[in-house]
Amino acid sequence: MSELPRIKQEDVPELDREQRLVLIQREAMQFMPSDGSAFPLASPQNGYYQLPMLKKPSWSWEVPLYFFVGGAAGSAGMIGAVAHVTGAPAEVVRDARRIAFAGAILSPALLISDLGRPARFLAMLRVFKPQSPMSVGVYVLMAFSAGATAANLGEWLERHRQFSRIAVFMQNLGDIVALMFGLPLVTYTGVLIGVTVIPAWNKNVALLPAHFAASGMAAAVGLLELMGHESPALQALGTGAALMETGMGISIEANPDPAVEPLKRGTSGWLIRLGGVLSGPVPLVLRAFSFFSKGRRASKLRKYAAVSSVVGSAITRAAWIHAGSVSARQSRPT
Amino acid sequence: MTTSAFLTDSTLCIGCKACEVACKEWNGVSSDGLDWSGLSYDNTMALGARTWRHVKFVEGIPEIGKGGNDPAGSPWNFSSDVCKHCEVAGCLEACPTGALVRTEFDSVYLQPDVCNGCAYCVVSCPFGVLERDQEDGRAFKCTFCYDRQKSGLTPACAKVCPTQSIQFGKIDDLRDRAQKRIAELNDRGITDANVWDPVNTSVGGTHAIFIVRGDPKMYNLPPNPQVPTESLRAAWTSAAIAAGFMLAGTLMAFLGAGAKRV
Repeated sequence: MSELPRIKQEDVPELDREQRLVLIQREAMQFMPSDGSAFPLASPQNGYYQLPMLKKPSWSWEVPLYFFVGGAAGSAGMIGAVAHVTGAPAEVVRDARRIAFAGAILSPALLISDLGRPARFLAMLRVFKPQSPMSVGVYVLMAFSAGATAANLGEWLERHRQFSRIAVFMQNLGDIVALMFGLPLVTYTGVLIGVTVIPAWNKNVALLPAHFAASGMAAAVGLLELMGHESPALQALGTGAALMETGMGISIEANPDPAVEPLKRGTSGWLIRLGGVLSGPVPLVLRAFSFFSKGRRASKLRKYAAVSSVVGSAITRAAWIHAGSVSARQSRPT
Repeated sequence: MTTSAFLTDSTLCIGCKACEVACKEWNGVSSDGLDWSGLSYDNTMALGARTWRHVKFVEGIPEIGKGGNDPAGSPWNFSSDVCKHCEVAGCLEACPTGALVRTEFDSVYLQPDVCNGCAYCVVSCPFGVLERDQEDGRAFKCTFCYDRQKSGLTPACAKVCPTQSIQFGKIDDLRDRAQKRIAELNDRGITDANVWDPVNTSVGGTHAIFIVRGDPKMYNLPPNPQVPTESLRAAWTSAAIAAGFMLAGTLMAFLGAGAKRV
């Protein structure tokens, strides 16, 4: 595309109308064949008039938000269960379970909102298809929700000194279920978008579940830290997740495959990069500084790291969905 | 049980779009609006939720001295596209509700009363056939005129085609017919005609095959379509390893922190 002429005030008396012509020209140029031909052509390289061969994902904003919420909740459920077993402070266990519960309530609501009506969600519970990550995922979410609810309910009963035996049993069972299904809840969303025909996703099919796992962990740890927990265990987990995310970012940038271009170029590329930097290097550096700092300064730095991780995790999910749309738009027959 | 199929012979297509109209009429598919594309005579552009047959207009560069009927040049080709009804169908595998089913005619049928509009089939079709209807919220696609086939009738598009460009029959018969047609075209000096029939790919063959002139890619027909379930193993392996690392890391972190407290 050639450079558009700049217009100076002194050249043209009616700047607005002249500027309007430039806008029209700019719009028209979008329809100019980019292969230099006089009119649009179908060709083996460009396919059918450069029209996309694949359909772009038609999920609404609820789905990437669900990926984030489900990731954070699944990780929190697992952290809560492990913290409970290892005898961590009761407050950490309680808050981790609460995050898990909040996510367990919010996730189906987001999915129903994407589908349009509640009855449509139930249609997914009439069959189980192990070959469909969407089907597996919905049962994982259901089981996780049950576990997270049981753990929270058990804790509530114990706090109110009611049915203490049942309360303990519910907490233990809830924790086991939340752990067993929290882990796949974090990772399956990576499987879900990896096992598709969208090139930018499918080429990263092995990376995505691990990437989303690290992202979910970072979000859960960040949320717990923002709720005021400063145990060294969370610091270690946050550092580990940030390290993983840094590695993921590098491996995305280093992938020379032209099919993954939407992850590196344009708006979608910069979104991926923004999400990656906020979940990887930024919290890593902040956590390193907080490790060598003391007192209020240290906890302040950790809070910043936590905010960066949570925001980075959310942006990462949105960026991947957006990159999928771009990838579908660029798809050509191969 | 019969394995019915379409053979769409683009060398016979005259671009009349009767198939598109008949499909909409018979199946009660609503209009998807009109937008001037500027791409030959194609203002529909792709198959979608409300377009189950779609005539593609592939224009070549006209050469001076060569007329439209000159076998050496191929200035203008038409081809009616349709759902491929794959042997191993990505959409069918992906559907979490069981709305997509394999029928007794070996076609892939979407039951609209079961579909919940999750749109996972949309990103699982290697041909970009399925689409979520923006107003309705559910996905729709070619039914292969399941109702008509049940009654022993040919699909609406095949019935109205004035030139027998759309042929309906058993897949084996149609494959033979396609080969004979290619030989016939070769005899007439048309050497660039070929059959698009992706048997040796992961979709394992389709129930819609095409005779096109020139590279099938010009018609957005991929020579190597891949069904996404191929990557299931890699994906779940990665998920399992990641989950293992998460759990091990968390255990280590909390046990380590506990030891420090003591």
